[in-house]
Amino acid sequence: MTKLGSKASLRRAGHLLATASVAAAALAFANAASAQTLTIESWRNDDADVWNTKIIPAFNKKHPDIKVQFKADPPTEYNAALNARLAGGTAGDIITCRPFDTSLDMFKKGNLTSVNDVKGIENFSDVAKSAWSTDDGKTTFCMPMASVIHGFVYNKEIFDELKLTPPKTLAEFHAVLDKIKADGKYTPLAMGTADQWEAATMGFQNIGVNYWKGEEGRKALIDGKQKFTDPAYVDVFKELATWAPYMGDGYKAQKYPDTQNLFTLGRAAIYPAGSWDVPIFRKQADFEFDAFAPPVAKAGDKCYISDHTDIAIGINAKSKNAEAAKTFLSWVASPEFAEIYANELPGFFPLLNAKVEVKDPVAAKFVGWRGTCESSIRNSYQILARGTPSLENELWNVSAQVMNGSMKPEEAAKKVEDGLASWYAPHKK
Amino acid sequence: MTDLTASSVQRADAIPARSRFPVHIAVFLAPALAIYTLFSIYPLIDTIRLSLYAGDETGARSFVGLKNFDTLLNDPNWSGQFWNALTNNLIFFAIHMVVQNGIGLGLAMLLSLPRLTGSSVYRTLIFLPTMLSVVIIGFIWQLILNPLWGIAPSLLKAVGLGSLFGPWLGQESTALLTVSLISVWQFVGIPMMLIYAALLNIPDDLLDAATVDGAGPFSVFWFVRLPLILPTLGVVSILTFVANFNAFDLIYAIKGALAGPNFSTDILGTFFYRTFFGFQLQVGSPTMGAAVATAMLIIILIGVLIYLFGVQRRLQRHSF
Repeated sequence: MTKLGSKASLRRAGHLLATASVAAAALAFANAASAQTLTIESWRNDDADVWNTKIIPAFNKKHPDIKVQFKADPPTEYNAALNARLAGGTAGDIITCRPFDTSLDMFKKGNLTSVNDVKGIENFSDVAKSAWSTDDGKTTFCMPMASVIHGFVYNKEIFDELKLTPPKTLAEFHAVLDKIKADGKYTPLAMGTADQWEAATMGFQNIGVNYWKGEEGRKALIDGKQKFTDPAYVDVFKELATWAPYMGDGYKAQKYPDTQNLFTLGRAAIYPAGSWDVPIFRKQADFEFDAFAPPVAKAGDKCYISDHTDIAIGINAKSKNAEAAKTFLSWVASPEFAEIYANELPGFFPLLNAKVEVKDPVAAKFVGWRGTCESSIRNSYQILARGTPSLENELWNVSAQVMNGSMKPEEAAKKVEDGLASWYAPHKK
Repeated sequence: MTDLTASSVQRADAIPARSRFPVHIAVFLAPALAIYTLFSIYPLIDTIRLSLYAGDETGARSFVGLKNFDTLLNDPNWSGQFWNALTNNLIFFAIHMVVQNGIGLGLAMLLSLPRLTGSSVYRTLIFLPTMLSVVIIGFIWQLILNPLWGIAPSLLKAVGLGSLFGPWLGQESTALLTVSLISVWQFVGIPMMLIYAALLNIPDDLLDAATVDGAGPFSVFWFVRLPLILPTLGVVSILTFVANFNAFDLIYAIKGALAGPNFSTDILGTFFYRTFFGFQLQVGSPTMGAAVATAMLIIILIGVLIYLFGVQRRLQRHSF
């Protein structure tokens, strides 16, 4: 009897527990519904700390009723994992957007909503929005967050030692490189071609904007009014070919981390950079470093910079918390967010048309060029990368070959143009 | 009573009848067969099916027959890369056949010398890299060969051969050879072990008889040992062939998916990866990727068939 009784009480306890847990779950659900929990999908797992300790608390000061959860996948798995979750209907409310086709693809498949009506979108220029807009520019589907800027970082101590001043024109640039080479103690230019992308990204796109006049040339390429075989583009390859003697022994097998090490160990004087290198150098280099903008042809020429749109944030079309998500996006479009983001992650620069104070002096210098030079994005990203062969991948290949001396500048230009003409109608003529 | 006998007779009949169909074999095979079908046969057939479709930008797929293969072989943007990858793959295989299996055979012969001391130590050391992750192998060798901080340039300089050093992994002319040799270094233990085991299987009587008949060590190797281990060499070759034509990881670890410089290290595996998953801004195409995978399957199948009908059937196994 006691045995039976204990069984019955056990069962009763079980029932109670079940009821309690159901009630708790229901309560939690109700809570969640009233407090509106937003989940952010992202590939920036490196930034999780910054989001959890700085960005989300700052947002909650203004909007305490909206809970935000930052959920990141490793960069290489992000696209695949996100697509699987979108297909299964379990993706988060807010989706971090990569630039151009991968996000455009999601919009076309109906996974992202338009953000044209979200407050704050008016704070961004057309260039800033171009990476997350339809080809006709009418619909924007992600709120731009940050861009990365190209330029050259140099070792100030070596420059002082050799009595050099940062070059402004191409002639000065070569004079500086020649002097460092003549001195013989340091590698003049820290760069390798083993990964191929450095040659295109820190080489071709970095200095190229001055040759094709930024947006003017980029749009002309898309319209088919300019071709890669035009002098502006061939000249960029010609300039790149002259870099080889300055790049040190074995640059053909030198990878990107090797290049970073070469510079931070103080063995190289000039480093063709992306602004994302700044926080790494800040941590690793024990000497002073500074930056100069891509050199122009003649003194007084208008200068251009590659201010490449890199990261944005959009709303999952199936999100049940669309209103809260819009509130969050509006906040992302505010100077307050921009200020936090720019200073917690120096090297990723806010895209909005408002003055944001960047505290890191070198990062501030990069972003300061926006005031004196005209911004453009990499010409191989919008529209021109979506066919086969992909323009971006082609540029990696030929830029590396030009720097390796295994391809002539004219051949490189022709190969890229032929590749583009094989699938892109405006270049077929 | 009669009923009872009848049923017992029936039962006695039934037992041998049931044992005629070996149910237990089917039962034991079923799990393996089910798993194999689910994870190997079904995906294989589905891949072949997928290679006959094409997708549009909204994600919808439609049947296009052999069009993907037509693109692969006749569109200059695809065929150039395909033939380049296939050629590189053949070179990759040839280097493995000559160097890896040659050295493997030599090492096995040395290990089987009766007077060699510490052979088990050598055996273990040579086999060790085989068990390491390919990512580690790639990382180690990139460090060794690094022109800036690698040990190879300083070692060569120390013996006065510094001028011979080059950025081998970064030059079109040497990259594929270098990557192949790294792979050879890693996997030489496998042919060595297989051949070594075969050599140990040869009875001493045969070797003694040959020696008594006046054969020198070279003749013993050439006329007695080699013919006896030929079936093993055949197995080693076919294993090398299949592994090389499925290779991907080492090249990806060292040179990335673009297999540079200028696709000089591109093999079918990296070509497939770029096509299926896409790379950087190039959006992946599962259907075109399936076509490349099917082409790889056909190439491997042809190779294996040539081996089976051209080589395997002529080999004679010796039983002692």
